[in-house]
Amino acid sequence: MTRRWTLFDTTALTFGFAFLYLPLLVLVVYSFNDSRLLNVWGGFSTRWYVELWNDKVLLTALRNSLGIALFSAAIATFFGTLAALALVRYTRFWGRPLFTGMVYAPMVMPEVVTGLSLLLFFVSINAERGFWTVTLAHTSFTMCYVAVVVQSRLVAFDRTLEEAAQDLGCPPLRTFFTITLPLIAPSVLAGFLLAFTLSLDDVVIASFVTGPGTSTLPIEIFNKARRGLSPEINALSSLILLVVTVAVVTSSLLSKRALIPAR
Amino acid sequence: MSHIPASDSPPDSPSTQIVASAKAGPGTRLVRALVPALPFIWLLIFFLTPFIIVFKMSLSEPATAQPPYVPVIDWSEGLNGLLDALSQFNFENFTLLTDDWLYAASALSSLRIAAISTILLLLVGFPMAYAMAKAPEKHKPLLLMMVILPFWTSFLIRVYAWIGILKPEGLLNMVLQGIGVIDQPLQILNTDTAIFIGVVYSYLPFMVLPLYATLDKLDWTLLEAAQDLGCPPWRAFWQVTVPLALPGIAAGALLCFIPIVGEYVIPELLGGPDSLMIGKTLSDEFFRNRDWPLASAVAVVLLIIVIGPVMIFRELETRRLEKSR
Repeated sequence: MTRRWTLFDTTALTFGFAFLYLPLLVLVVYSFNDSRLLNVWGGFSTRWYVELWNDKVLLTALRNSLGIALFSAAIATFFGTLAALALVRYTRFWGRPLFTGMVYAPMVMPEVVTGLSLLLFFVSINAERGFWTVTLAHTSFTMCYVAVVVQSRLVAFDRTLEEAAQDLGCPPLRTFFTITLPLIAPSVLAGFLLAFTLSLDDVVIASFVTGPGTSTLPIEIFNKARRGLSPEINALSSLILLVVTVAVVTSSLLSKRALIPAR
Repeated sequence: MSHIPASDSPPDSPSTQIVASAKAGPGTRLVRALVPALPFIWLLIFFLTPFIIVFKMSLSEPATAQPPYVPVIDWSEGLNGLLDALSQFNFENFTLLTDDWLYAASALSSLRIAAISTILLLLVGFPMAYAMAKAPEKHKPLLLMMVILPFWTSFLIRVYAWIGILKPEGLLNMVLQGIGVIDQPLQILNTDTAIFIGVVYSYLPFMVLPLYATLDKLDWTLLEAAQDLGCPPWRAFWQVTVPLALPGIAAGALLCFIPIVGEYVIPELLGGPDSLMIGKTLSDEFFRNRDWPLASAVAVVLLIIVIGPVMIFRELETRRLEKSR
């Protein structure tokens, strides 16, 4: 009885989703505006997309961002998965409270603090700042997210399968690669994707730890946005929105399809 | 951006203890030791060490050199250098922080903006999460995806989208003037109002998702019981729904409040010169004034501000878990 759908619920969802999606829609519509001015509709045009394609600076920044995201997500997935295993499977080892604290702390650390501290660290060891310092900086904060995602899967893990394998004489390392890893693989992949997205999205930490000559896409967007509107950025944003929407919708359709045979 | 879905604390139940295999050779034992050791070493190098350096730096003196500070500890002198350093620590940066109203004001202003934004997020997010939890089962995956989708799109782009809408010659003013509500364009961009709009917009998924997770598991028969016993709907809402949704409210509020306090991108793009936020102050100190020690001192203050709510939340969580046992 109380679960009756009311007008209030419809209003809440309508306004909520309108609030979430209208600004993005406006962004996309204006990327096709021929005029540089926002309050003038100069007719439909794809000139900003052409200009985008010829912008060497943005294309280099995009390549840097993708490279950094790929490397940092890969390293973060490795260390994050190990950290999750350590948190769930190793109840006692030296410094465990410190370890647990360090796994969770970067998630509540303000980005400006993480960026500043990592920069000071790189300066103190005289590391040349650029691609690799950004990659390492991104790894150090995204691995914590991987750890949390993988950990939630490990907690719900049916350990009898591992025990059965070991009872049948399977060595521990082989048990891990043939039983444990395939079972936690979806969460490892989810962790990787999360790390990849977070790295691709970061502007604050990257602007602290990067050096001259290495710019990332978010840094370029941020610098242009600071100076106000730029139709080119609208075009770029629209492309990013398109890629993300296709990726998210496809993955959710795939996971739904994957669920059906299981039923 | 560093945001996360709510997480569980690591379990410590005895059943998860590693079962030592009698046959384990030295190689296996090494691998087994490496599992916690590798991430541990990584975190010690890339989390703890930088953290200690910031702390140390906040006690150094600024200098017009590259890098622009005088190191307090001379590492080459070993223990003597360390002891020497301890005797001459320089708290000047922190006295400077308390003397200059700008820092106290920006800290307070950040807390105020984060608190108001969190309340606004609750007001917008709760009805949405509530309606989603009540929606028919078959629509839930779609609704959920529609909330998550903006989360995967770039944070920067979502903030950028609002510049075009809030500008004096932007879309909002165009519409409002068009329908005759206002004569003169409203100055919204570069004010605190723009920051609130940007923050609420960017963080809405982080509020809706934990709220939905709790409300979806709500036992609706309790509400029916309240109504059967003659309780008016709004009272049932306050006395049944809200207390039951409290864990979700706390998680959502924390998930939003903490990153908002240290927010830098939103005040930089949407805020004005008068909008003070501590994350922006830190960056300005660092990038514009090149005062690394002072920026570090601001970082230490910001950390202290953030740790407070986390501790309170952990305390509440432990109490709640103890009660439910």
